[in-house]
Amino acid sequence: MLDQQKIFAGFSRDKSNLLPILHALQDCHPHNYLTEESLRAAARFLGVNLSWVYGVAGYYSMFSLKPRGRYIIRVCNSPVCSMMGSSGIIDILTGILGIKPGETTPDGLFTVEEAECLGICDVAPALMINRNVYGNLTRKSLKALIEELRKKQHGQK
Amino acid sequence: MIREKRILLKNSGVIDPFSIDDYIDAGGYRALALALARTPGQVVEEVIASGLRGRGGAGFPTGTKKQAAARNDGKTIRYVVCNADEGEPGTFKDKAIMESNPHLLIEGMIIAGYGIGADIGYIYIRGEYYDCITRLQHAIDQARERGYLGDAITGRGFSFNMEIRPGAGSYLCGEELTLLESLEGKRGYPRIKPPFPAEKGLWGMPTLVNNVETLASLPGIVEYGSSWFRSSGTERTPGTKIFSVCGDVKRPGCYEVDAGIILEDLINDLAGGTNNGKPWKAALLGGAAGTFVPYACRDLSLCYERLKENCAILGSGAVIVIGSERKLIPFIQNILKFFRHESCGKCVPCRIGTKFIYERSLEITGARHDERLDVLDELVCHARQMAQSSLCPLGQSPILPLETLQRHFNETIATE
Repeated sequence: MLDQQKIFAGFSRDKSNLLPILHALQDCHPHNYLTEESLRAAARFLGVNLSWVYGVAGYYSMFSLKPRGRYIIRVCNSPVCSMMGSSGIIDILTGILGIKPGETTPDGLFTVEEAECLGICDVAPALMINRNVYGNLTRKSLKALIEELRKKQHGQK
Repeated sequence: MIREKRILLKNSGVIDPFSIDDYIDAGGYRALALALARTPGQVVEEVIASGLRGRGGAGFPTGTKKQAAARNDGKTIRYVVCNADEGEPGTFKDKAIMESNPHLLIEGMIIAGYGIGADIGYIYIRGEYYDCITRLQHAIDQARERGYLGDAITGRGFSFNMEIRPGAGSYLCGEELTLLESLEGKRGYPRIKPPFPAEKGLWGMPTLVNNVETLASLPGIVEYGSSWFRSSGTERTPGTKIFSVCGDVKRPGCYEVDAGIILEDLINDLAGGTNNGKPWKAALLGGAAGTFVPYACRDLSLCYERLKENCAILGSGAVIVIGSERKLIPFIQNILKFFRHESCGKCVPCRIGTKFIYERSLEITGARHDERLDVLDELVCHARQMAQSSLCPLGQSPILPLETLQRHFNETIATE
């Protein structure tokens, strides 16, 4: 709640701030999603209906209305990445993590999503994990990447 | 051997994108001072004379757009909006500019604002471009500190402010009117055209919507003049163009060259040729909403006029190279899947059409070879109806790859 107040303090009550506000609310949630409470708070702050905010949150693919993992793996599945082997990338991830696109690992660490063009076609096949881009993926590099993130997580615990 | 002609990317990789001093030492913000010493009308005239055409995809003359946005009495509120929602598959050129030289875009936007009499500019940037957002925000803050943004810029009477608005993962928001809807904090649904943004744009006010590469071209035009600008490129496509080459090439990346470069020179000399060294099978020009050309068209000059004669488009400057071993059927199916995913659902022809043609396209795979062409023909026919009846460019897009696939690759589809 305190976090939310801090977030709203950084914005004017201008409707055009709705997307940036939703980004900020989502980013501050440990499960990377927009709760009903945060949607209500955004609606109150901007003086618009909840249905308006819900409609916007539901429209854009970067917003999630259900809890996600700590690491959101967005695999680019656009024509270029697909040609360069993105379906293989999804298969490898499914093999390593045991989840299909749209699902989250039981430990709450990873969510895999299929994304449309991420603008990183020069390093296809590519994906993003949270804010970072990883390209020219191979089975080996992907395995190492996931391993590294797992280790990092255990190190923190 | 063709070489790059770096004008917009001249300082990319040379200067520190986080340092305004680096930019100023390289001659940055000199064009802004020159622009402010002239009248707004003179600045717009110079842009018209340069023949610069929008680099986002549609190729509309930039000067004309400016003139339209500047019209009406002096009291109306106006806006400059930078379209940095680069979402066309195969396109990553705007990112190259924003990441490596954010001040160039900022300077271009201030000049545009001065030209049309706007005092605020928004950069609508795709939400996934985190590095660009960080660098642009840093650059905006620096520019404000140094008096290039804010009230009474560099001691003159002109005021201009700038804000960044990140998108949230919608391809359609790259379409200018949809972008404005999103910028107003709404779902990304297209508006009916006309009125165009120059008449009725953001919050109903005259708005100039320009692509990143277009705005980044303005400082050069102001500083060195329109005839200098016209010394690059072709008569009807003046200037340089940044092409983003990807797919089956050895060196995928952004290449800034004279507009009008020969396709094969771009692929061979700059992008290093195909991965397997064999002639490529197809190139998709302009992204998913682009046009296929076969290897036989390798001598095509990449400028608006020559491409139009050959039923191809320049679009955003994306060149997706498809190697000899690739199959085209899964490729086109993926493109159609993309459109199905990105259709916003507002108008029926696109909502139903994108789903229908994608599902029907899947039947090509299992169809007998002689039946495949009938399916393709049916897809083209539906896509044409969609193009005629859809509200916005998304519904009008599938026809481009489908029609050119049918024109050049009928035999390949039948035998693949």
